[in-house]
Amino acid sequence: MSLFEFCERVQYSPLLSAMRSSSWVFPLIASIHLMGLALIGGALLVVDLRLLGLGLRHQPVAQVARDAERWLLVSLLVLLPTGLLQFMCFAATKYYYLTAFWVKMAALSLALVFTFVVRRKVAMAEETRMNPVWSKLVALVSLSLWSTVAIAGRLIGLP
Amino acid sequence: MSLLLRLCEWLATTSGSIALHESRYMYLIVLSVHVLTLCLFVGTAAIVDLRLMGLTMQSVRVSEVMTRLLPWTAAGFLLMIISGALLFYAAPLLRYQNIFFRAKMVTLVLAGVNVWVFHNTVYRRVAVWDQDPVPPRSARVVGGLALVFWVVLITLGRMIPYQVYWFDCNRQPQPAIVNVLAGCNTDSR
Repeated sequence: MSLFEFCERVQYSPLLSAMRSSSWVFPLIASIHLMGLALIGGALLVVDLRLLGLGLRHQPVAQVARDAERWLLVSLLVLLPTGLLQFMCFAATKYYYLTAFWVKMAALSLALVFTFVVRRKVAMAEETRMNPVWSKLVALVSLSLWSTVAIAGRLIGLP
Repeated sequence: MSLLLRLCEWLATTSGSIALHESRYMYLIVLSVHVLTLCLFVGTAAIVDLRLMGLTMQSVRVSEVMTRLLPWTAAGFLLMIISGALLFYAAPLLRYQNIFFRAKMVTLVLAGVNVWVFHNTVYRRVAVWDQDPVPPRSARVVGGLALVFWVVLITLGRMIPYQVYWFDCNRQPQPAIVNVLAGCNTDSR
C-alpha cells in the first residue's frame, strides 16, 4: 500500500466520513488544537526564556524545566490526537499534497528529539558546570524548531 | 439603525479597510500573527493561572511567577489587540454581525473583569499566601476561571469564520433570535 493509498483509506473510513459530514466537529477539534498550542507555548517559553536569562531568572533552570515538563506533556497529549484527527479528515485530498504539512512533521520530529534529549539534559545539568553561551544556544535552537512547527502548521490552515 | 452599525459601515468604506480586506498577503499575515501570539499571550498567562491553582511551580513564590512572566503576557496581549483590531478593521460589518465575534468580545470583557477583581482583592493580600504551594481558594478560583475564559475565547475565535455555515444576516429569513443576537439589520427589508 502506497502512502497515498493509506491517506485515502484513512480519509474515507466510515468514522472520518461521519466526522466530515458535521460542520461543528472540525472547527471544534481545531479549537482544542489551538488550546494545546497556547499551553505548549507557555511550557516551552518559560524554560527557553529561563535558559536565555529572562523570565523566571531567579529560579534554578532545572527546577523550571522540571515544573514545565508536566505541562509540556499535557499539551502534547492535547495536540497530537487533535492534530492526528485533522490530518485524518483530509489526509488524501489536502495533507498528502501540502509541503507545509511534511515540513511540519519533519520539524516536529526534530523538535521533539531536541527537546526531550538535548534541551532536557542541558536544563537538568548543574548550572555551575554549564556554559551560559551553550544554554542560550540550546534555547535559540528550541525556539527556532518549535517556531518552524508552529508557522508550518499555520501555513497548512491558509487558503 | 444603531450607531455602532453605522460606524462599522463607515469603517468598511475607508481605504485602509478595503486595502487590508483585498490584500493578497497582508490579511493572512495579520491573521497568522494573531493565531501564533496565542503561544506568548495565553501560554504565559496559563502558567500564571496554573501557579494560582497550585498546579505548577509550587516552590516559587506566586508574586515571583507573576512579576517575571506577566510582562511577557502583556507583550502578547498588546500583539493580540493590535492584530485583532486589524482583523476587525479588515471586515468591520462581517465581524460586527458575527455572533461568535460578539460572544468573544463579551468573554474578553469578563476575562478582564476577572483579572481586575483579582488584582484589587485577592492579590492585595498576596504577602500572606505568597509562599503557599497551593494558594487560597479565592486565588484558585480566579486561576481556574481565567483558564476557562481562555478556552472559551479560543473556541469562539476559531468559530468566527464558520458563522456563514450556520447563519448569515444576508440570507434571510433567519430565526428572530439569530437576527437579534447577530444585530442583523432587518427593518429595511
